[in-house]
Amino acid sequence: MIVSASNITKYYGSFRALHDFHVEIPEQSIFGLLGPNGAGKSTFIRILNQIIFSDEGSIHIEGEPLAPKHIARIGYLPEERGLYKKMQVGEQLLFLAQLKGLSKSEASRRIREWLTKFELMPWINKKVEDLSKGMQQKVQFIATVVHQPMLIILDEPFSGFDPVNAELIKDEILQLRSQGATVLFSTHRMESVDEICDHMVMINKSEKVLEGKIDEVKKRFKKNTYQFRFRGECPNDLHIVSEEKAENGYRDLLIKLGEGETVNEFLTRMLPIGDVGGIQEHIPTINSIFIQAVKEDLRITQIQNHHA
Amino acid sequence: MHKIFLVIQREYLARVRKKSFIIMTLIGPLLISLTWMLPVLLSMKGKEKKEILVLDDSGYFINQLQNSEELTFRYENIPAEQAKKKMKDKQFDAVLKIPKIDINNPTGIEILSNNTPSVSLVGGIENRIESVIENLRYEQMGLNKEAIQQLSPKVSIATMKLDENKETKSNAWVSFGISYISGFMIYMFIFMYGVQIMRGVMEEKQSRIVEILISSIKPFELMLGKIIGVAAVVFTQFSAWIALSAVLSLFAPILLAQFGIEMPDTSNPAAIQNNEGLEILSALQAFDANTLIIGFLLFFLGGYLMYSALFATVGSAIDHETDAQQFMMPISLPLIISLISLGAVLSDPHGPVAFWMSMIPLTSPVVMVARMAFGVPLWEVTLSFALLCLAFIAATWFAGRVYRIGILMHGSKVSYKTLWKWARMSQ
Repeated sequence: MIVSASNITKYYGSFRALHDFHVEIPEQSIFGLLGPNGAGKSTFIRILNQIIFSDEGSIHIEGEPLAPKHIARIGYLPEERGLYKKMQVGEQLLFLAQLKGLSKSEASRRIREWLTKFELMPWINKKVEDLSKGMQQKVQFIATVVHQPMLIILDEPFSGFDPVNAELIKDEILQLRSQGATVLFSTHRMESVDEICDHMVMINKSEKVLEGKIDEVKKRFKKNTYQFRFRGECPNDLHIVSEEKAENGYRDLLIKLGEGETVNEFLTRMLPIGDVGGIQEHIPTINSIFIQAVKEDLRITQIQNHHA
Repeated sequence: MHKIFLVIQREYLARVRKKSFIIMTLIGPLLISLTWMLPVLLSMKGKEKKEILVLDDSGYFINQLQNSEELTFRYENIPAEQAKKKMKDKQFDAVLKIPKIDINNPTGIEILSNNTPSVSLVGGIENRIESVIENLRYEQMGLNKEAIQQLSPKVSIATMKLDENKETKSNAWVSFGISYISGFMIYMFIFMYGVQIMRGVMEEKQSRIVEILISSIKPFELMLGKIIGVAAVVFTQFSAWIALSAVLSLFAPILLAQFGIEMPDTSNPAAIQNNEGLEILSALQAFDANTLIIGFLLFFLGGYLMYSALFATVGSAIDHETDAQQFMMPISLPLIISLISLGAVLSDPHGPVAFWMSMIPLTSPVVMVARMAFGVPLWEVTLSFALLCLAFIAATWFAGRVYRIGILMHGSKVSYKTLWKWARMSQ
């Protein structure tokens, strides 16, 4: 595990930002930290970056307690982006890279590499404020990864990026992972997790509600439901969750199979009575999983409160 | 340590490269050297010669009005019309018409000129006429003028300041001037650069780069780096000023010679006595500039460090410059008070007001430096500086604790109570 956090609790005054939070981030994973705004994601990220310190709990990086020396091995892209507006691109990156512990020569070599890669070399001596928003975001991304961190922390990385840049950044994230980096990224937009994450943890109101490998979580939440395209009369005992009209008299049904019934058995039953247009297992989106998880969590808390 | 150095370097370069810095650095010495050259220029005030035609009907003034380098009187007995014509032909600058007068009630004296005569010309002529009439009155009353003049004594007190082993000639007015200027400069620089610190902190907070920075460097180190970086800028400016002024003052005599003005010889006491400009110049030269400059730099440094820590606190607590007002007030008030009270302090530079204001760290940078031109006992200076250092440490401690929380807080309205809460928060 590259990061293992246990029992993390953080209060801001009387406001509880994070409560008894555990998480294990495997190496070379793309790890999604999910939750609505204000759930405690940024608090955890700030603790991991040693910007603030937890009231309780401990964090280990590759088995060692989190310490200032780890700063050089972490790259951080905060949710709120910012650079010195009046500073030149090259100088700015050099300053930030040196703060992360790179030597001047090494830093300027890598900065040139990255600027060339992102086609920003002509802008190296321009002030940041003279760049377009998209270019500024690229510069910001370079600042995050220029020191080859083993752990890259991205807070809402796609917010504010235009689709082209978002795609570019996504490719870079995947490439960095293949080079050995671990990526932790936090977002409240669940669909982006579906696309690139392999692990995830969900936080709601300062507490963890769900965690695991994306595939496993999805498996856990699928409920034997299928998307079924059909033309004809449905038997009365068929459990239809929802239905929509499709072309040529077909209907798109979301059905739930009976206990122990296989797809084959189901189709054998349906084929004689109508035209089957297709069938596919319905895999829940992370978004619906999250909503469900939060609801269940809420119900549990309400029950607990009721009993208390 | 390496990281603080990087921050210092960034802050330093970002400011030193600004056009405004370069302009200030170049203009400063010109202003300073001007204050040195002004007395010299004053002592060389214009000596334009004027010729006055005197038409005296009374007969009292023929050959009685005293000629000087600037004024020459010619006496002719011609009709007024003819005199006016001569004046129009530029043979004379003015015509002084004196009718038959009663010396006990001299009225009706007129001066005619092509354009309105200057106040000093009229004044000079009036003085001369008065002195002639005065003599006439003495005579009329049968008094001997010389005997009377011998009665009125003339006393001029030379102020000598007793230093440890030498007496230096000092000039109270020159001390006052130097005090005021050094006090004002301290005030100005602390304010100017303190506000720069505040703005710098606020910009980092506003542009949100601060979160990236403090994921690499401790907030306290960042704050300290910024303060030291700006201090380095100030000292660069000072050094440049001192160096440029030194060069300028070397060239000043040559420069003045270009305008036909000779550098006056201040080593000749006789020459000094009769010339106000020279007197100031010699007093300036007799001043113990080294002590004053060292004192200035030390107290500036102490005051700057203390105030800039406080200004950094304000910058970290606010989101916009418009919110700065309420927090700026308590910081700028002591500075402004110390500047306003300079007049009172300097009129009694060793009195209780001066003493206490030069001990309280918030006012001491301005007031102590201003007092130093009058000579302050070493123990007072040392004590005051020690107190200033303590205050600086306290201010930095407070600033550091508020800063690390303030820079991450956005959108919340901050009060003094919140600031205090932040300062006491553990982490």
